[in-house]
Amino acid sequence: MADSRGKLREVRLTTPVSDAALRGLQLGDVVYLDGLIYTGRESVYKRVLQDGMAPPVDLKALTNVNFHCSPAAARNDDGTFNVGAVTATASFRFSKWLPKWFEVSGAKVIVGKGGMSEQDYRDVFVPAGAVYLTTVGYGTGALLGRGIRRVLDAHWIDDLGIAQAMWVLEVEKFGPLLVESDLDGNSLFERQNRIVNQGLARVYEGLKAPSLARYGETDDRRDELIG
Amino acid sequence: MPHPPKIAADALEDAARTVMAKAGIEIPDDYLGGIREMADTERGDLSAFVLQAMLENWEAAKADQRPMCADTGVPRWYVKYGNEARVEGGPVEVERRLRRATARATHDVPLRPNRVHPLSRRDNDNNVGINAPEIEYSFEPDADWVDITTVHKGGLFGTDYRMLFPADGIDGIKRFYLDTLVAFGKRGLACQPAIVGIGLGGSKDTCMVLGKQAACLRTVGDRNPEPEIAALELELKELGNSIGMGAMGFVGSSMVVDCHIEVGYTHTGGMPMSVHCFCLSSRRATARLHPDGRVEYRTDPQWFTPYMRRDTVEWQTAAESFEKSA
Repeated sequence: MADSRGKLREVRLTTPVSDAALRGLQLGDVVYLDGLIYTGRESVYKRVLQDGMAPPVDLKALTNVNFHCSPAAARNDDGTFNVGAVTATASFRFSKWLPKWFEVSGAKVIVGKGGMSEQDYRDVFVPAGAVYLTTVGYGTGALLGRGIRRVLDAHWIDDLGIAQAMWVLEVEKFGPLLVESDLDGNSLFERQNRIVNQGLARVYEGLKAPSLARYGETDDRRDELIG
Repeated sequence: MPHPPKIAADALEDAARTVMAKAGIEIPDDYLGGIREMADTERGDLSAFVLQAMLENWEAAKADQRPMCADTGVPRWYVKYGNEARVEGGPVEVERRLRRATARATHDVPLRPNRVHPLSRRDNDNNVGINAPEIEYSFEPDADWVDITTVHKGGLFGTDYRMLFPADGIDGIKRFYLDTLVAFGKRGLACQPAIVGIGLGGSKDTCMVLGKQAACLRTVGDRNPEPEIAALELELKELGNSIGMGAMGFVGSSMVVDCHIEVGYTHTGGMPMSVHCFCLSSRRATARLHPDGRVEYRTDPQWFTPYMRRDTVEWQTAAESFEKSA
């Protein structure tokens, strides 16, 4: 978190990230990664966890960092890959997959966009000893792209396409990322939201409600919407 | 008046590929200036850190010639035809060339192939498919050029629509605007600080189109020519920045780089409204093709011309006024 001058603390983490290193992280720390990371989002989760396919590589032996991402990449004629920029995709959609994913993959670090709920951290991340790092912006695609040293593999690319394939990336000073959840299941976003929420009544003060309400503004769908 | 020579289709495709790359890689100057100002005044330490990281990101993108953001959004085209302009092969050739340029730039830059079939999720890996990329048209009197603009706007968050009624008034507008910014601003899903576009009036589809164009096709600092609307734009900008939320939804003040409103005459009983957040990459680039072969590149699409915003039945072209006075 920030020091008295508002400067955030910077941390370098090497993969696989050790439990001790994870314990040292504080909400709001700026993190840079070195080592190996892999991308995995809905199509990868579905294949492994729903369709029962084995992961294309022994993830537990590879690394413990799962990145919710699709790179801006193209396949060269010689079969190699050209990766320009990488940014994360919103993670909240993948929360239902994570309890089993932690088990199957041994992941301890999820890198993504926007984080998950504090409830998810407490119920799913804490038992798995995992933390969430959020990308910044969004997104610092060029800075993150610079941090990629090499594409090791793009598993399942022929079936899933460039966006959904499992990319294995060798990275160096890959960041900036911010610590969004810690090992106790606290969320930086929710902490900040609580402060923002305190000021909302003031911002809306004096603005009368519209004459026609919408579902979602009432908890009961049987409600009459005319206000 | 004799027609000028036709604009070459090859030149149009080349220019289209160039603007695809420029939009993806180079942050427009007007937006960059707006973010620099916000970075100077942001008091929230986390929000300020995010703005600083974005400034570094844009420098890295330019230096390395790599995209600013890996999420290409949903790339699309806006074509403005001068009334006297003709392109070799006609409009069907123009569309073919824009689709080809989209596919080739996707591979060459590279940009992320984002476009998939909504149900089967089939991905052609080139950002081209059924109804993709969208191509929208407008026309300009007394001109022999064609402008092609590409916009790569994100596709998931930061946009909403609501039917308001005249009695809801400015309060209704402000509330819905705040609702949208708060809902999508938390955790930074709107990728703010953004240029916020608002569509007011029209029918539902027009309202959405106008708001999106207001966000993506006008520059920071530009004001609607109608004084009342211009004043509301500035008021809403300030309101958005007073929520207490900054970049990534962290405590701060950097939410709205600018607010643009476009209106369309609407049903007498309604006041439909749409809100659209462009993003921290604000990807837009324009090329103007002249019949003599010249191509000029810029970041201001100059989409909303007086002709676009006319409210009269008639519009007199320069040729017509010349004939009348002769």
